[in-house]
Amino acid sequence: MTQFLSLLLNGISLGAIYALIALGFVVIFKASEVVSFTHGSLLLLGAYSIARLSEPLGFYLAVVVGVAITAFAAFLIERLIINRLRGAPVISLAIVTIGVDIILLTELIRRIGSDILNVPHPWGGGSVRIGDVGISENRLIATLVAGVLIALFFLAFKFSNWGVAMRASAEDGETAALMGIRLGRVSVLAWVIAGVLAGVAALFLVGSPTPGVSPTAYSVALRAFPAAILGGLDSTGGALVGGLLIGLAESFAAGYQDQLLFLGRGFGDVVPYIVMIAVLLFRPSGLFGTRELTRV
Amino acid sequence: MLSIDDLHVTYGGAVQAVRGVSMAVPDGEVVAVLGSNGAGKSTLLRAISGTLRLHRGRIDSGSIRFGATDLAGRDPAQTVRMGLVQVPEGRRIFGRLTVEENLRAGGMASRDKAAKARAQDRVYDLFPVLRERSSQRGALLSGGEQQMLAIGRALMASPKLLLLDEPSLGLAPRIIGQIGQVIAEINRQGTSVLLVEQNATMALGVAHLAYVLDVGEVSLSGEARELARTDEVQRLYLGHDGHENDGGDGAPRRRAASGRTLSRWVQ
Repeated sequence: MTQFLSLLLNGISLGAIYALIALGFVVIFKASEVVSFTHGSLLLLGAYSIARLSEPLGFYLAVVVGVAITAFAAFLIERLIINRLRGAPVISLAIVTIGVDIILLTELIRRIGSDILNVPHPWGGGSVRIGDVGISENRLIATLVAGVLIALFFLAFKFSNWGVAMRASAEDGETAALMGIRLGRVSVLAWVIAGVLAGVAALFLVGSPTPGVSPTAYSVALRAFPAAILGGLDSTGGALVGGLLIGLAESFAAGYQDQLLFLGRGFGDVVPYIVMIAVLLFRPSGLFGTRELTRV
Repeated sequence: MLSIDDLHVTYGGAVQAVRGVSMAVPDGEVVAVLGSNGAGKSTLLRAISGTLRLHRGRIDSGSIRFGATDLAGRDPAQTVRMGLVQVPEGRRIFGRLTVEENLRAGGMASRDKAAKARAQDRVYDLFPVLRERSSQRGALLSGGEQQMLAIGRALMASPKLLLLDEPSLGLAPRIIGQIGQVIAEINRQGTSVLLVEQNATMALGVAHLAYVLDVGEVSLSGEARELARTDEVQRLYLGHDGHENDGGDGAPRRRAASGRTLSRWVQ
């Protein structure tokens, strides 16, 4: 039972981080109809920047600057590439983002080399006990911060002018433009928000129990893709649920791997994709993907 | 207020949709543009609003001026900020947004909160049903209510000139009559209107001036009342037989659909 609760708590905390990444992914898709594969390298960029800047700037300032750098990179990708390719087929845009991702990733790997950079989180590698259940301090803080950010995001999405403009242009871009909504601005803002979310996720992904910044952080970030897809690519609520589902599935698969040995070692790494495929087989547009609501 | 001079528009570099159209919307008036499918009516509105690019179309020559400003090359967000707002064909309301959010989306171009509050009051006064349904999703409204929402949404930007693309499309005759009254009321409140329609009865009923477009060219133009009496308009757009029905007020006689007669739109 204790093991179950512990895996549950760890799954939720991991899922909250995935949800941050997946939210950005979904927001970009809604605002600019781009399936953006740049998220893995953006995340690594955030982690790398925070780790490198921690020494000269101190931890907290490094976090602020690192997150800003990630957001700025997203801004540049939108302005210099995506915005100029408006009207290009969705598939071409997706491939373009894969290209950008590989370029950025290659450069980051070259810079990181064979080191494992450490982010000196002030909360260190210790863990907290809640009753019998243990969780790393880093993951606990991650869950709280992600929870606050996600709540803020949903409030803004529901009530702010940006949220209304965003939802209107996601539903019908041409009409939104006819109403005076600047599609370019909606799109670039979505990329910046996604960049910020990825930067924050990066901060926590490279802390305990994960050992520092290394290119493997990239493959961890990739698991947010199935989270976004299984939730429904155009559903922000779906990104949250998808993130949690993937986090839980991964946590349980890793925790019970002795019982799951017949499936082979490392099952935890592939389980996000298996969950995604299973969900899509039953709901092709994801759990909360759009089924048009119209009266005929 | 709005003047179009010798406008030529092509799509994909090949298809000529508008060929040498000139027209004017005087300040404070309602101007109707009639024409059948493919006459170039929607293209004209796209050229004015700046959405041609989204349809791979472009202005080859000619000019569109709003007051002293040339509209060529402006994007839709800019034209809205200048006071030209379009109600697109087929209503195109945001079905997943509530009625109130739809109106909010319409007011997005302005930062003036007081003006937006006034505009919203005006919309709710014009269409009380929208106030009742303000928290419902747009997709759940009836066709007529959706058209009212589409018009209300455009009014949120407090336009100087309202462009309407076939507001009668797919609506019951009684509702079309209401839409006609609303257009007249909006105009009375000081907004000029460019009304593109296939429903000539309604359009000529509210318009001061009218143009008839035929395959991308203006084939007739003049005062709406005069135009309604001409043989050609009677025959093609009102479904009357012009010779027998010499401006009389008797019951309009229907003609069997033949050739270019738009009997479908006769009420």
